[in-house]
Formats: sequence, structure tokens, C-alpha cells
Amino acid sequence: MVKIRQIVVGGVAVVAAGLFAVTLAQAADVSGAKSKGIGPTVKIHRGEQCVEPTEDMRRNHMKYILHQRDKTMHQGIRTAKHSFKNCVDCHADPKTNSVQGQDGFCSSCHEYASVKIDCFSCHTDKRDKNAVAVAPFKGTAAKGAPP
Amino acid sequence: MSLNRREFIGIGGAAVAGMALAPGLRLIDLAQARSPDETVTSLKRWGLLIDIDKCQDCNVCVTACHEENGVVGHGRPATDPQWIRKVTIKDKQTGYVQTLPLMCQHCESPPCVDVCPTGASFKRADGIVLVDKHICIGCRYCMMACPYKARSFVHEDTTDQKPHAPRGKGTVESCTLCVHRVDAGKIPACVEACTQDGNQAMVFGDLKDRNSDVSKNLASGLSVQLRPDLNLNTGVRYRGI
Repeated sequence: MVKIRQIVVGGVAVVAAGLFAVTLAQAADVSGAKSKGIGPTVKIHRGEQCVEPTEDMRRNHMKYILHQRDKTMHQGIRTAKHSFKNCVDCHADPKTNSVQGQDGFCSSCHEYASVKIDCFSCHTDKRDKNAVAVAPFKGTAAKGAPP
Repeated sequence: MSLNRREFIGIGGAAVAGMALAPGLRLIDLAQARSPDETVTSLKRWGLLIDIDKCQDCNVCVTACHEENGVVGHGRPATDPQWIRKVTIKDKQTGYVQTLPLMCQHCESPPCVDVCPTGASFKRADGIVLVDKHICIGCRYCMMACPYKARSFVHEDTTDQKPHAPRGKGTVESCTLCVHRVDAGKIPACVEACTQDGNQAMVFGDLKDRNSDVSKNLASGLSVQLRPDLNLNTGVRYRGI
């Protein structure tokens, strides 16, 4: 009896893992403003390349931000590459100046994945109008910057 | 080769004497501006001198601070946050009235840091006392511990925060000595406003650099800490009280 239960539990776990992998693959299957079938529509307005490879950013952006958060807060390190402010400055929608909202860069994907973002309960979701996002990467991110 | 204790102390003493022989030489060169990827160090300690004789009945430091950091009230003075406030003191014997700006005093031994149960209230290496709102649970022990009543609790949802000054409901906040400006090599907003539009009553600078404006000013005359009996060694000092 115990053995049957183990097999059932194991089977359920394998199916769940499989489904999760499929969902992730679908979620990652977006490029530019066009959604290929199932998946969120993520609008990218500026630049050709993020601060890290796109695949890496999709999976690990929160780790980069978390790491930089502690360095900025406690050690005063304010490099732009993994800074939260720089994310918002570059990814904000030119119309709303925000990364939140219906077509917001952050919210579109997070809503799809049903993952709540806590960042914006304290941080502003609006771009700093005076700042030009630093783009230490390929592309001309500053060109598309609104005045 | 092995050194016994006496030889070791002798060599150490010679090394110290060698350092003392070259007074112009510094082991670590003090750079003027820190680059953004450099960690803050205890080679600096930021501080303020506020001359009460020059401070008159004006409010520019308070408005500049709250404008700079996006601190907005809701018309409820009992609970609205304030990072800096003007305090009026009166000599009851003579009736002489003075007014002074009061904010976080950036103590060397801050009571708010002692009592914080999560480590959210902390002192940066360069002496700036801050709240890490990522780990603040909003218990408000620090507010009770602070003898200057410098800290505020955010009671309401915040919107339109400044990108450099995140603020959120359920966390404690206070003067950051405009840490985002200091890290960029600028002076705090209150000092800038006081110098431009006020009465030139505030001087900001590095207390550990003897050639800084604030150190020279402090060395040239009497200044006091508020509540010196508490031995907190505040980074903000007053003159003329």
C-alpha cells in the first residue's frame, strides 16, 4: 500500500514538474512586442540588449536586484548596471513613464506568471525624468529617451 | 627564524616610529570624490554644524528636505512624517526665544540601532544612520529609543515617491543626510537651501578631515551636542544655544 502511494505521489510530482517546465518555456517565448502564442506580451522600447543576456535576466533579474539592493543600501555602491532605478529608467513605457499598468514592462509578465511584486510599494514605478538611463551595453538606449 | 615577544614589540615600535617620522605621508590616500563602485569607509564621517544665532524664523530647510525626498503629509500633523522640523526654545527666566532645525543627529552610538530587532536601523561606515526599509518590520522601537524624536512612521500608502528616496507604508523613516546626494559628491538639500535662500546657518562636511569647512568651523568656536549627557557623540552639532 505504501509503495503504491509513493508511486502516485512521485507520478504527480513528475507531472507537476513537467507542467511547470512547459509554462516557463512558454513564458520565456516572447520577443519584442509580439507574443508567440501563449505567453505575456512584453513591450521593449529601448536598446537592443539588457545589462545581462535576456535569458539570464528573465530567470535571475530578482537576484541581481536583490544583490545590488544590499550593496547600495549598506555600502553606498551606486553603479548603474544592476540598479533598480536603472531598470525603471530604461524599461518604463514612453507614454506612461511607468513599468506598471496594463502594458507595463514589469506588470505584464508578473501578472501572467501571477507573481506579486513588492518593489513598488516603496519604490516609484515612474522613470526619473531628469536621468538618462546608463546603457553600458550594446545598443543605443539613450536615443529613444523621451525629453 | 623565530621572534620572541620582546623582539616583536621592538620591531613593531620601530615601525610605528617610522610612520610618525613622515607626518605628511598617509597610509591610505583620501580621495575627494568617491566613485560609484567604491564602498563607503570609516575614513570619513559626515556631520553638520548649525549656528542658531544665524538661524532665524524661516522654514526653507524643512521645505527643501521634504521636497527633495518626496515627504508629503495628509493634513494630519500627529501622524504625518517629518524628517526635519523647526523647534522653538524659550528661556523661561528671560523670555529669550530661539528657533532651530532638528533632524536625525546621526549619532556615533545610535540608540535606534541598539534596539532594532531586525538590523534594519543601521549606521553606515561613514556615520550616516539609515533605515533599511527592506528589512524594517515597522515595530517602531527605534522611534521610542531616539531621544530627539527624529523618526517617523509611514501610516499611509505612498505614491509618486522620488526615485532616489523610496518610502513605503509600514516602515520607519528619518533624515538620511541626503545620502543619495552625498554619494554623488553634493551637500544635503537642507544645507543647500539654507545657504542659498536662508541665513547661511548650516555647514556640512567631513568631521574627520581637519581641512573641511565643518571641521575648521567647529575648531574655531564653541559648539554643543543636544543631550550631551547621553554620550551619543552626535554628528550634528549646534552653536549658540
